[in-house]
Amino acid sequence: MSFVTELIPPRPAPAAAKQGLTGARIAGISVLALWALLAAGLVLTVINGWNQDKFLRYGPRYLHGLWTTISLVGISVVLGAALSVPIAFARMSKNRVAGAIAYAYVYVFRSTPLLAQLFLIYYGLGSFKPQLESVGLWWFFRDAWYCGLLSFVLNTAAYQAEILRGAIESVPRGQHEGAAALGISKTIAFRKIILPQALIVALRPYGNEIILMIKGSAVVAIVTVYDLMGETRYAFSRTFDYQTYLWAAIFYLAIVEVLRHVWAFLEARLTRHLKR
Amino acid sequence: MSGIFSALFGALDPLCGPIGIFSLFGSDSLIACGDAGWGDEIAFGVLVTITLAVATVPVGLFIGFLIALAAQSKDKTLRLAAGIYTTIFRGLPELLTLFIIYYGMQIGLQAVLAWFNYEGRVEINAFLAGMIALAVVFSSYSSEVLLSAFRAIPHGQYEAGEALGLSRWRTLRLIVLPQLIRIALPGLTNLWLILLKDTSYVSVIGLADIVRQTGIAARVSKEAFFFYFIACLLYLALAVISSFGLRYAERWARRSEVRR
Repeated sequence: MSFVTELIPPRPAPAAAKQGLTGARIAGISVLALWALLAAGLVLTVINGWNQDKFLRYGPRYLHGLWTTISLVGISVVLGAALSVPIAFARMSKNRVAGAIAYAYVYVFRSTPLLAQLFLIYYGLGSFKPQLESVGLWWFFRDAWYCGLLSFVLNTAAYQAEILRGAIESVPRGQHEGAAALGISKTIAFRKIILPQALIVALRPYGNEIILMIKGSAVVAIVTVYDLMGETRYAFSRTFDYQTYLWAAIFYLAIVEVLRHVWAFLEARLTRHLKR
Repeated sequence: MSGIFSALFGALDPLCGPIGIFSLFGSDSLIACGDAGWGDEIAFGVLVTITLAVATVPVGLFIGFLIALAAQSKDKTLRLAAGIYTTIFRGLPELLTLFIIYYGMQIGLQAVLAWFNYEGRVEINAFLAGMIALAVVFSSYSSEVLLSAFRAIPHGQYEAGEALGLSRWRTLRLIVLPQLIRIALPGLTNLWLILLKDTSYVSVIGLADIVRQTGIAARVSKEAFFFYFIACLLYLALAVISSFGLRYAERWARRSEVRR
């Protein structure tokens, strides 16, 4: 009979098997190298093509374009939010006619391109000059900036109405019933119970919508508004310097990334009572 | 043989064929087909738009699938590389992406050719540039959809594949992919509708799509409202038709889930 005479002393866990160069790692490193190469190329183009004269001439124009883009998107998002409220309520109402009209509005504006809508408003309505002059609205439709604003407001209102409707409908029925059981009137219940919960749900889609608007706002450059894209096209048509587009890309990426991070922070902050 | 096909195709042309909308309702007007109106030009624009969108999808889906695979790999460098790709192309306006690719390809090709002592002007095909730009944008969005679909598939499915002795590639193809399609289809449907709208940007670099053709007609005939209204209607019709088709596709993908 044999038995163990000595205990095996405790040992640390075996070291993790070393992953050598896997295919994934090779692919990852080579793609990263490609990105680094592109970034280096970008920096090199900027340094090699640096021209104090161009910088002084077009730098302020870029900043002005940036401001045009931001103000255009900001105003249209706010006005669109205001316009989206009646649409969302019409869409949710029991009235068949109002619901159908709101549905048609949302469907039409969401399934046609923003570019076509902009052309329809700027060139299309612009061809009714005598009629518009007689109504006294020509100053509005003459200006590309106003036309861009109008098409953006109409477009984003359709999207925001859907966001709002989805968010309000996502609040469970029990919340309405609970408020009714407590004897709270419908308006107060909506304002203090339903809306706060709905807006938290809507927060992320709203952020996405603003980012989509910033990206979509580049189309106004085609109807001669000097937003960031418009100034870029202007600078490119004057200098034929590829850098102009790279600068625009940097600006747009910076706006979108800043907005994304601000929104992530806002969301984390506003939903901290929901974390367990 | 091809003559029969083209005749059949011509007969079924929904815009300018014998039973087409433009020929039935638009004869003797601005949208008549032939030399009298703009109907056939606009019909060609519709064809270009559809071709561009249809040609973009497979390329974009393939790149997007690769990006999604990279984004969920165990390797950190690969994840980072995929993250940079999606961050850049989801952050740039589609119009700017299009210009960067269009002019970038032109300048890059010119530089390469200058290397070989060729000093001519290089013109990039607008269709190709548009397709690449749209595919790049489509791939970065579809990679997110596919990635979240990948995450919805339980780990046990991979382990079951391993237990059956399937290789990793066959597990992906036979077990994961069929489920992935079903989960990702609603998201991809949305992306298709967005892509259909984004094709309008290629009109800016001179490709003869719906917006460009109607724009030319509007400028020549001075009936801008009418023609841009037609353009909006055509996009609306494309969206309605494709949403019917996609509803059918979704029902097809879900046929295993019917209640018995």
